[in-house]
Amino acid sequence: MTVSLSGNEVAKQITKHLSEAVIKASGEAVLVKSESIFDVAEYLKSSPELDFDYLNYITAVDYYDYFEVVYQLTSMKHNHSLVLKTRCYDRDNPVVPSVVKLWQGADFQEREIYDLMGISFEGHPNLKRILLWEGFEGHPLRKDYL
Amino acid sequence: MEIGDITQRYIYSDAELDRAEGEAIEALKALSQQPIPDPDKWLEEKQRYVFPYILASLDIIFNWARRCSLWPVICFPACCAFEFIAANASRFDLSRFGMEILRASPRQADLMITAGTLTWKAAPQVRRIYEQMAEPKWVIAMGACGISGGIFRSSYNVVPGYNRIVPVDVYVPGCPPRPEALIYGIRMLHYKISRGRTLSSPLAGGERLEEASLLSGKD
Repeated sequence: MTVSLSGNEVAKQITKHLSEAVIKASGEAVLVKSESIFDVAEYLKSSPELDFDYLNYITAVDYYDYFEVVYQLTSMKHNHSLVLKTRCYDRDNPVVPSVVKLWQGADFQEREIYDLMGISFEGHPNLKRILLWEGFEGHPLRKDYL
Repeated sequence: MEIGDITQRYIYSDAELDRAEGEAIEALKALSQQPIPDPDKWLEEKQRYVFPYILASLDIIFNWARRCSLWPVICFPACCAFEFIAANASRFDLSRFGMEILRASPRQADLMITAGTLTWKAAPQVRRIYEQMAEPKWVIAMGACGISGGIFRSSYNVVPGYNRIVPVDVYVPGCPPRPEALIYGIRMLHYKISRGRTLSSPLAGGERLEEASLLSGKD
């Protein structure tokens, strides 16, 4: 059984390296600033005691005031997992750094979030619609889409 | 090897192709706004024979040959396909009607059983499969999604019925229809084919072409 790490413990380790990155941490998840998500993810992947080499999924949630992007990470070596979250408050042009350079599996999922939720991933090599077609108006999973 | 290198080498699809696909879907959507021909029109049609005895009896042979070996094309986008598989398997045994063979190539098939929800993204492909089938060809809309879009009708990405894309002959309701219902629909299609007039009425083929050209937007 994969052990889910306490967000508080991991947040302490992140803060040692990136002092400004963590906004909030709880037992379940770590919430980080959207501009430092790539640095945090890089640290979580490269640090030998955490070693999150596998990205289970990325998903996004619309909370009306902000979008929350959720990353579920797992370490195959240590058999533990972590939920990483970030928020973007700009509804018209939400931007989050891409993690495709760290985990190749993020490619299609970031495209899906861009397609259905309208969040742009900065640094994504091929950011375009994946489920809907070119020329489709709007982003259907947003709460204000009718 | 660094993951960055793989990202660079990764072959991405063409932006030009994506734009062409989007245009094709939008064109199909625009065409689907046209009124749909009444599928039950043939029931009221009067039999008009030019040379009644010889050609009509030839037609009977033609129609018998056609209806007793309907070969369905493999075009099953969603879950109704399992009921079709059940109908095709030993318990319900579609081979009683001479249609146990599923053709992977639409050029060898003359019946399309549209089993399942169709999204607009897949609509051009279904339309292409229909166009590749050789005449004479028939379509059975199977299940609620095939008839009207079903519970997904109000979605932004679901075709509200196959009759927006291709001309449908028989509608089989159900979600999904039981194999018995599908077989009943196939029997109804047999009845429709048996009333078809290839030689004895020169109008019969022309109407079909007119219907097809209405959907494809060509004169």
